[in-house]
Amino acid sequence: MPSPHAPGNDVLLDIYRRVALMKGNDERSRKVIMTGRLVMPYYSYRGQEIIPAAMSANLRDDDYICTIYRGIHDMLAKGMPLNDLWAEIAGRVDGTCKGKGGPMHLTYPKKGIMVTTGIVGSSMPIANGLAWGAQMDGSDRVSVAYFGDGASNIGAFHESLNLASVWKLPVIFVCQNNLYGEHTTYEKATASKRIADRAVAYDMPGVRVNGNDADEMYAAAKEAVERARSGGGPTLIEAMTFRFHGHVFGDADGYMDKAQKAAAIENDPVPRLRQLVLDRGAATEAELLAIEADVETALDSAVEFALASPFPTVDDLKSDVFAEAAA
Amino acid sequence: MTTETEVKPVMILQAINTALADAMADDDRIVVLGEDVADPEEGGVVGVTRGLSTRFGDSRVRSTPISEQAIVGAAIGASLVGWKPVAEIMLMNFTTVAMDMIINHAAKLRFMSGGQTHVPITIRTMTGTGFSSGGQHCDYLEAWFAHTAGIKVVAPSNPQDAYGLLRSCIDDPDPCIFIENLPSYWQSGAPAETGHRVPLGQARIVQPGSDVTVVTYSRMVNEAIGAVASLGDSVSVELIDLRTIAPWDRQTVLESASKTGRVLIVHEAVTPFGVGAEIAATLHHELFGQLKKPVERLGGAFCPVPFSKPLEDAFAPNAERIAAAITALMKD
Repeated sequence: MPSPHAPGNDVLLDIYRRVALMKGNDERSRKVIMTGRLVMPYYSYRGQEIIPAAMSANLRDDDYICTIYRGIHDMLAKGMPLNDLWAEIAGRVDGTCKGKGGPMHLTYPKKGIMVTTGIVGSSMPIANGLAWGAQMDGSDRVSVAYFGDGASNIGAFHESLNLASVWKLPVIFVCQNNLYGEHTTYEKATASKRIADRAVAYDMPGVRVNGNDADEMYAAAKEAVERARSGGGPTLIEAMTFRFHGHVFGDADGYMDKAQKAAAIENDPVPRLRQLVLDRGAATEAELLAIEADVETALDSAVEFALASPFPTVDDLKSDVFAEAAA
Repeated sequence: MTTETEVKPVMILQAINTALADAMADDDRIVVLGEDVADPEEGGVVGVTRGLSTRFGDSRVRSTPISEQAIVGAAIGASLVGWKPVAEIMLMNFTTVAMDMIINHAAKLRFMSGGQTHVPITIRTMTGTGFSSGGQHCDYLEAWFAHTAGIKVVAPSNPQDAYGLLRSCIDDPDPCIFIENLPSYWQSGAPAETGHRVPLGQARIVQPGSDVTVVTYSRMVNEAIGAVASLGDSVSVELIDLRTIAPWDRQTVLESASKTGRVLIVHEAVTPFGVGAEIAATLHHELFGQLKKPVERLGGAFCPVPFSKPLEDAFAPNAERIAAAITALMKD
């Protein structure tokens, strides 16, 4: 029996749709890079899909997110269109940033995807500002900062949680604790047993959940988003997960514990969610196969669209530096 | 101004305060944040923002924790969604704590997003030697910001320009660093008319001349005025106040240099790799063969700012040293 806080079947299926898209997108990204059709720094999020899917099931298009270089799943969950995404990571003019940002700086304000940063920890101070803007507007929009466990050791984390709490900002700090900060294990880098405990220092609710469990993650997200929306201030969610691949595509991940990794992959949250959807009768096998087939079709066309899109011209080099055209 | 003789002079500090108040009165999307900026905290350590929170309310003028990354991050985020924050980073040395936010984010988001977002923030910050503040409270770091594509850098030398440049920074759709000289806050001059703007990137010829061009900004403008006065009629100096460091007014400086053939650049920041180096390189490149002397630079000594008064006095250029440098340029 699902808990009373678990998502209803419609929401559960919605979460699965987002997760299926992310999983398909990651697999396609690695495949396209492997075949040499795309050259880019790629930070796989495989294994962490349920966290932003369950968050986004509680968000509206006009809510904001700030995410990080390992955050394409966060953006897909928030509604980044595949064509714009793929053209951007291919460095083409049809990309969401006209090819100027690339995979680490994807931006899509139409869906509230305001900033993607390549700097560990920097999503949080800006997410505060987005939340502050919403607060000053008198709106009920909320802002989400995604970051990893490594970022909880940088000063910006502490400055941001403190300010968010003092100003009661409508922001949710979502730490995707995948147990590795780049190549270094959580235990070697982090003094706190639980990152969620750090919320105590800033007088805000902090909760550690199994981020790979859709029910748990959804319930935590719902509570935090409702708190922020209703003026109750910020929340720190530590979502436990695991990164199936090395820090960056192409690294041999020799620093990862092989048994731990094998066990995590064996326990892949995506097929488990799929089974849950079936068990609860949220969809039939045929419906899920259709969803997955649609993902592949959409990816086929996005990759084709991206690779057919032109590169920017050198004239674009100095535009968008300032509002006025460069001299 | 026809009524100049009747108008009461104002201090630079008041001009900045008035510019903020007028901007906030004109546009309710302008908000002020920073350490101690609200009135319960006395409107800042020297009172530049005094009165603003009382007039415009605590939600538009917010004192913050001592958290420079959080301050600039909050300003950036709010600016992305329609607000126009003016963030105060109390001292220019404290901007180093927020460099990631300023350099990696404020300066670059317009470009990296392909123009989908932009960051219309102004960062006010004070600095300057003269008060025995020692090595971490009075550096001029303008070259660091000018070296970053996507930021404008401004440094006024008098009340009118302080008002007009700050209004232009606040109007500007991109991030601006507004540098205030601490020892000059109490310097008086003619006030600006309400709503006055000084366009960014436009220098001011303080006085015309034909023998030597002196290019400077911020407090050094006043030292240069003193130097020129001390030289009397012995040399005709064209004195240029850059006002905006990035983008700098190449046309005005090049025109003057091509006329005089002798150029001295003065700034309080240390000389090596400073703003003077960029200007000198440009002048040598553009006017190669036309200059009568190599471009001369006079800046702070290449050491941390010292505490002890004789050492601090020896660190920065002053009227006497500027006059000596001008005289040296006039020798064949």
